[in-house]
This record gives sequence, C-alpha cells and structure tokens, in this order.
Amino acid sequence: AVMRGVPQLLSRARLVRAGFSASEPVLAVQAGILQPDKFTQTFVQIRGLKSSKVIYQAPLTAVDIADSGKQLKQELEAIVGPGNVSSGESVVLQHGQDEGPHPGKSPDIVVFPSSTGEVSEVCKICTRHNVPIIPYGTGTGLEGGISAVEGGVCVNVSKNMNKILQIHQEDFSAVVQPGISREMLNQEMRADGLWFPVDPGADASVCGMCATGASGTNAVRYGTMKENCLNLEVVLADGRIIHTAGIGSRPKKSSAGYNLTSLFLGSEGTLGIITSATICLHAIPESVAAAVVGFPTVQNAVDTVVMTLQCSVPMARMELLDEVQMKACNEYSGLSYPETPHLFLEFHGSESEVESQTETVRDIAADNEGGEFQWAVQQEDRTKLWTARHRAYYADIALRPGCRSLTTDVCVPVSALPDLVTATKADIAENGLIGPMVGHVGDGNFHTMLLFDPADPEEFRKCKEVANKMARSAIALGGTCTGEHGVGQGKMALLEEQFGKDGIDVMRQIKGALDPQQLMNPGKVFSRN
Amino acid sequence: MALKVLVGCKRVIDYAVKIRIKPDKLGVVTEGVKHSMNPFDEIAVEEAVRLKERKLAKEIIVVTCGPPQAAETIRTALAMGADRGIHVEIPLDQMDTFQPLHVSKVLAKLAEKEKVDIVMLGKLAIDDDSNQTAQMTASLLDWPQGVFASKIDKTDAGLEIIREVDGGLETIRTTLPAVLSADLRLNEPRYATLPNIMKAKKKKVVKMTPADLGVDMAPRIQIVSVEDPPVREAGQTVADVDDLVAKLKEKGFSSA
Repeated sequence: AVMRGVPQLLSRARLVRAGFSASEPVLAVQAGILQPDKFTQTFVQIRGLKSSKVIYQAPLTAVDIADSGKQLKQELEAIVGPGNVSSGESVVLQHGQDEGPHPGKSPDIVVFPSSTGEVSEVCKICTRHNVPIIPYGTGTGLEGGISAVEGGVCVNVSKNMNKILQIHQEDFSAVVQPGISREMLNQEMRADGLWFPVDPGADASVCGMCATGASGTNAVRYGTMKENCLNLEVVLADGRIIHTAGIGSRPKKSSAGYNLTSLFLGSEGTLGIITSATICLHAIPESVAAAVVGFPTVQNAVDTVVMTLQCSVPMARMELLDEVQMKACNEYSGLSYPETPHLFLEFHGSESEVESQTETVRDIAADNEGGEFQWAVQQEDRTKLWTARHRAYYADIALRPGCRSLTTDVCVPVSALPDLVTATKADIAENGLIGPMVGHVGDGNFHTMLLFDPADPEEFRKCKEVANKMARSAIALGGTCTGEHGVGQGKMALLEEQFGKDGIDVMRQIKGALDPQQLMNPGKVFSRN
Repeated sequence: MALKVLVGCKRVIDYAVKIRIKPDKLGVVTEGVKHSMNPFDEIAVEEAVRLKERKLAKEIIVVTCGPPQAAETIRTALAMGADRGIHVEIPLDQMDTFQPLHVSKVLAKLAEKEKVDIVMLGKLAIDDDSNQTAQMTASLLDWPQGVFASKIDKTDAGLEIIREVDGGLETIRTTLPAVLSADLRLNEPRYATLPNIMKAKKKKVVKMTPADLGVDMAPRIQIVSVEDPPVREAGQTVADVDDLVAKLKEKGFSSA
C-alpha cells in the first residue's frame, strides 16, 4: 500500500524550512523516537529510493511525530469532507500550473472547502502541521503565483464557494465568493444596467483579481481592482478571519483604521486567503463607440493619447498595437490594416457625449499625423473593429506555430512610453526575437509577447533577458516592474531593485507579523531574507 | 409607411442556470431559480428597436404571456426601447400547460386588435425548444412567415429576409403584414442601461388574461415525464488489441 506523494510531503516541506534544497534526496528523521535504521529501511522500501542521505533533526512536536501525511489528509477530510481532498496526479498537476510560460510545481494535496469557516479550519490544520498553504482561484495568472514551490496544501476556494452573496444595485456594490468570475458576475447583472468593468482579458476569479491587484483595458476610466474594492474577507495563516474595512462594511469611503484592504490587494496569497470581496459596480454606459486609427510612429500615437487625456476626454479604452502586432492581426484575422502603430479606442457616455468625445479625438489624431479614423457604434460593428485587439494573443502565437509567449508587463509614466518602446524594440531585434506589443497606453502600461520555442532553452533565456532589461528600464524611468500581472516568482529580484532593501524589509516585517511560520504561498513576491 | 411591430418575449430560466428535475418528474425546478428574457427574444426586441432607429418602425409593442413575475421581462424590453407593453397573465401553476398553440392564438388576436404590420418573435424558447409559435401564429393569421431570420430589410413591396437554413442562406421576399422569428446572428442585443431602465418604469403596461382575448387555455399536450439524461458510465480499460476487438464484437459493433 504505497501512499503516493503524501509521505514526501512533510519531508520536502520541512527540509526546505530547515534550509535544505528540496531536490536533495535527504530524509529527516525524528531523533530519539524511532530507530533511524528501521524508519529509513521502511521508507526506502516503500518509496523505492536508491540512495538517501540520513540526517538527524531535532525532535519535533508530538503531533509532527505521529504525523505521516496520512494524518494531515485525515484531518483535512474531517473538515471539508473526503470527496473534497485530493492528491491525485492530474488534480495536483492542474493546481500547480497557471497560464504563464513558467512550469509550475504541483502541491501535495488539494482541498476544496465550501465555506470561510472551513478555510479557517484548513489553515489551522496546516499551521499545526507546518505545511505551506497556496490559495487557488481560477489558475489564470501569468507569473506562476500558484506554483507550490515548497509543496504543501493548495486551497481551491473557487470550486465550492461560488455564490454572489449580495448585489446592491442602488449602492453600486456587490459581495462575491472566490468562485465567481468577472464574466459570471456581469452575466448575472446584465439585465439590471450594471457591470463590473475591470477586464484583464482572462475570465478570472474576482477574488483572485483582488489578490493580484489586476487591471485591464478599462482601467483608464474605471480604475483597477485597487480602486474597485471596498472590503475583503481574509483568512490568515493561523485561521483568524478578518474584514479589511470592517465587518459587513461597504461605504464608498472610510477613514477608519489602517487601510488593510490595500495591504491585501495585490499580496498574491502571501498574507492570507481572500474568501469574499466587496467590489464596486458601475452603470453600463448608455452609448458606446469604438474607433481605430493608425499613426506613422509610436510617438505620434502617444502624443495623441497625452493630448486626449489633457483635454479631459473620459476615454474608456485606449490600446496601442505596434506594427508587428498589426501584421500578426492582419494575417490571423484576415484584415488589411496598414502595418503601422495603431490606437484602438472606446468611448462611453450618453449619445451626445460619445459623439463629441469622438469628434475631439478624431481632430487630435489628425493633428498627430493620424491616418484613416474608422469608427462604429453598432455592437457587431464594434466587435468587428476590435477583433484585431481581442485576438492579439492568438495572432501572436500564430506568427510562429508551436511557440509559447513570455508576456512582459511594465508600467511607466505615459511620457516615458515612446523611449521605452524604442529601446525595447532595439533589444528584441538585437536578440533576433519576435515581440509584438500591445499597450494600455492610457495608463502607460504595455505588454510584449516575446515568442519562444518551448524546446529551445537558449531562446527562452534570451526572452527572459529582454524582459528583465525592459523591467529595469521601466524602473529607471520612474515606473514599475509589473503593471498588472503581479510579481509571482519571476520578478522577485526586480522588486528588490524597485523598492530597495529597506522597502522590501518592511514587507518582510509585515509578512513576519501575519505569517510567522512563512506558510502562505512561499517563494513569491520577495524572498525570506 | 412606418410600421407597427408586435414583439413577443418569454420569461424563461436563465441560460446559465444548472437545470434540476423536480422530484415528481413532471417538470424542472423553477422556484428560487434565476429567470431572464429568452435570449432569442432579446434579439427580436433588439431588431424591432433597430427598425425604429432606422425610422422604418414607428411603434413597438412588447407582449408576454406569463406569470406576474414576467412583468420584469416586459420592463427589460421597454428598457431596450419598446414603447409599451401587454402582459397576458397566466397563473404560475398553469405555465406548463400554456403551450405554443395558446401563445399563437393570443398573439394572433393581439396582432389583429393592435393592427400591427410585423409580429416579431424569437425563433424558439430555450426552455421548451418548440420552435412552433411563429409558424402557428402566421398560419392563424394567414400571414407570410420569415423564420430563422438573420437579416431583415424593408423593400417597396414588403420585406426581404435572409434566413439561415441547413444548406446555407435563403433569401425570401414577403408582403406585409408578416410574422418573423429571430435567429442567433440577426444582431447582438444591447444591454438595458440604468437611465433607460428608469424611463421604462414610466411606460404603459396593460394587463389582461387569455379569456379576455377569447382564447381557451385547455392543454392539448400532456407532459408524461421529464428525466435526466442517463448518468455517464465509467469506461472500460482493455488489456490489448485482441481484447478490444473481442469487446467490440461482443457489443455488436463489428460485423466480422
């Protein structure tokens, strides 16, 4: 009777804690309780290990000793039910891999709690067993945020906790559980004239979007998650349940206490598990118009954007697609745009407002050498017009069939954008890579899809280098190494550069206060020391 | 020349809801379940509103046959741009026996009463999937029908309609008045916005019963049972190709 995966759980996690590499075939043995030889023998027989270095560790607690992973599983099953605990191969595999290019590490166990109370008990159990806790929403992240680098228990809070708890139409707010994605929420409200405008592209869990501080194409008008979250219910590593803005609170503003909501927004599961979010809703715009216009250079496009913002035009979407991206879109969607930088625009408001906004921007674009200004009002025509932008990612992948993309994400003050784009393009060309660019130019945030052959580690390395260089330039220009995707694992070094040692130390102190055993999503955002 | 349009819409269980069969196996659970306007009816309402925006239609009357809760459905249609509503009230417990033939009779009577030029419906309702009402209404009125419409245009003589059929697209011309039914690709319906929802509260909705229109409610169809599809069985692993072939023969899939 081989218990797959589970006996390894405690060994690996504890080893890393004790400072050993997780890949070393080392067995930690509780000294003084079992005869080391007998334990080793049995373990080696079960696991079929060829060689093992045995070390003697200081006696652990009684619980630890009685423990054998089986114990952990039983305790978890007692809380969430046996059907909601799994260490099956495909289950753990799915829960360690997000949608980014970095290979993820599988957790040892996945649990599917059905309530905040259960999440709290799960955390208490994991804390007692000293086992890492990794929160999981929809797995649509891009920076390896859910990878269980030290093994542990993945807490999938979206499968069974999937209700919209409250919708307050007159107050423009809603309370949702982690299983509610933004598209689900919008579907639910579509007949009520309300919508949740933060749109990162993927159909992500709203609570997950809070954890990563997500943003999207609408941020220039409606803000990011940070501006659209009123309150969070969070379960800490020790099982305590807190409400970051007050219990049941949902006023539009408050001066009460520390801003804990801001602390947890974007904390990427390293401080606690978000079990419900109170978010802001907005009125569906009366009228929507879309427009597309090309420019000879990125500078022209950015100048248009800056002037538009200076004229206080309340743009809903301003997307910049560079000439490489336009070529990809033409080929993929059968379009015939000129292969030059293009702005994709969306206007929201009443009919007369939208008309006047469009006029203003049309004139500004023309002043900046803008080409043909195409625009549409009808839903289907708008969808057609924006096809290029919507399918950008797939168009990029189609440029080199079989390739994957390392999607970068930096944000700089808008005025610095042309310089950064020019420098990055030069870098891409120098390294012989293909890197189409798409930018939420109204926020100074842009993405490069660096294509690489998954079978060519050298190419992937070059992509990483270009991405890192881009992030460093962004920091140097007064920006940030990640505008929307979060730090995850890949940008930890860059975070240090951006904040300096003292800044990161403060983050470490806060984490140390809330998660002294370093169990919450270890290996992310910043290193232990 | 501007046309009067009667649009039918139905309150159905929301398409995103997981359907559950009632314990008595005579229907599905509707209590406490989210309902919304039949998606094809949204398309029909949207098309009518666009006809009005193109100045081809002058008035849009939306009608629903449903329980008191269906008043919400009418409000949504009014918020999308319909001018006034008619709510033919059917008690909630009689909804299952109120069938397409009854609806067709109601619509036919209203079409004549209101002297409309176009009766516009969704091609089918997503709860019963009947796809009968438009056709039967046309037959009762003895009007031409343009069903599964994916494009509607006005001509001097009447309407030109492109229909989605199995082999592709069929273009037909009809005189007016006519009955049309909306297919999926006719348009993308607009969302009801808050200002329009507020305006819709002030639009007139008249209530009546089928009896007021002289329509008898006796059901012609009896639902015998409603069942879940069979639960998917686990597959069988076969040891090798011979085993596979033997199993295929055993199950009668091989003539050899």
